Amino acid sequence: MTPVANSRLPQLLEGRESHILDQWIKAQLAGPLSRRGMIPDSEVRDQSREFLGLLRHAVGKGSLDSMEGAAWQGVRDGLADISRSRSTQGFSASETATFVFSLKQPVFNALRDEYGADAAGLVDEIWKTNALLDKLGLYTTEVFQKSREEIILRQQEEMLELSTPVVKLWDGILALPMIGTLDSARTQVVMESLLQRIMETGAEVAIIDITGVPTVDTLVAQHLIKTITAARLMGADCIISGIRPQIAATIVHLGVDLSAVITKATLADAFAVALTRVGLVVRPGSARS
Amino acid sequence: MERIPILKMGELLLVSIQVDMHDQLALTLQDDLTTRIADTGAHGVLIDISTVEVVDSFIGRMIANIAAMAGVLDARTVLVGMQPAVAITLVELGLTLPGVRTALNVERGMALLQAEVRALAPDRRPGEGDGDAGR
Repeated sequence: MTPVANSRLPQLLEGRESHILDQWIKAQLAGPLSRRGMIPDSEVRDQSREFLGLLRHAVGKGSLDSMEGAAWQGVRDGLADISRSRSTQGFSASETATFVFSLKQPVFNALRDEYGADAAGLVDEIWKTNALLDKLGLYTTEVFQKSREEIILRQQEEMLELSTPVVKLWDGILALPMIGTLDSARTQVVMESLLQRIMETGAEVAIIDITGVPTVDTLVAQHLIKTITAARLMGADCIISGIRPQIAATIVHLGVDLSAVITKATLADAFAVALTRVGLVVRPGSARS
Repeated sequence: MERIPILKMGELLLVSIQVDMHDQLALTLQDDLTTRIADTGAHGVLIDISTVEVVDSFIGRMIANIAAMAGVLDARTVLVGMQPAVAITLVELGLTLPGVRTALNVERGMALLQAEVRALAPDRRPGEGDGDAGR
């Protein structure tokens, strides 16, 4: 069967476009999932008009069975734009998909008017249109999800850059305050930036402060040990500080061996050890007395 | 044949690896160095790898072996100037070189080595060590 030949959808969209558009916009603005106020009504109108135009164009030229071909490229791009902009505006996936699904009722109404008593033709036509709009709706959801994933990925990268500063406490003493959960990718970045800074500054001691690390499991401990071993190979000593009581208990229960590493409860303790290591002492200044 | 020079400084030996190590070169260095330690009776070896950019598991093992052999011949080994990428590679390969002392640069490595050698034989003055070991 050749869909375009026996489908009256193209002519229908052509002839009743303004009527369908009116009903569609009304349904969107009144619908339970409409987010009035999040985007202006005029934008809903513009998007709907544009999409209906693209759809009419595609239906007139391409097949109704598949939306793969070049004829559907415009519809796909238009939908992707709308979906992407809505995902950044904070719409949920179902709210975004409703944009397409809410078109069903106006089109079906128009089809009913068009076919009148021809029930067989009407059912056939409704089935085809329904399948088409479902595909478009699913496509919207897919794009929506993809753009959400892009946002998450970008945020992850930004967090990675934010959360790994290496600070210099004194000549020859570096500190690495770690915040957040450690995974392999983050530890890799932390390790590289720490070793790089050790080389640049010629620091003898590096303090890794894990006060901001919520949990330590075997993997995290292993990453820490790797970092410390690599620093030792370069000729710098590492001290781990900021170990909370619960974490100390976890480390012992897990059977992680940190006996080769200097560990301190607070950053201050670790700094004192580091100062001794580089041959410095802190004493009260004479200005106070 | 290509060789890595071994320099004698008092009772210490200085090796600076400035080319990319390949397997044969590492083997040659191992033979040369152990021979020199035995001949000179050196008590310390300083290996500078600050210009080495690439290592593999074999070279890592050779470094550990050289240090262990020097230890058997009564000489301490200090490895200096390892690049971050090399350190990460060795750790990922599981080669943590447990018996090898390390330092950030030659200056610090030299200080560390001299301190170690002095601690080892406090009564021995530089120059005297030449004849009494490794024969």
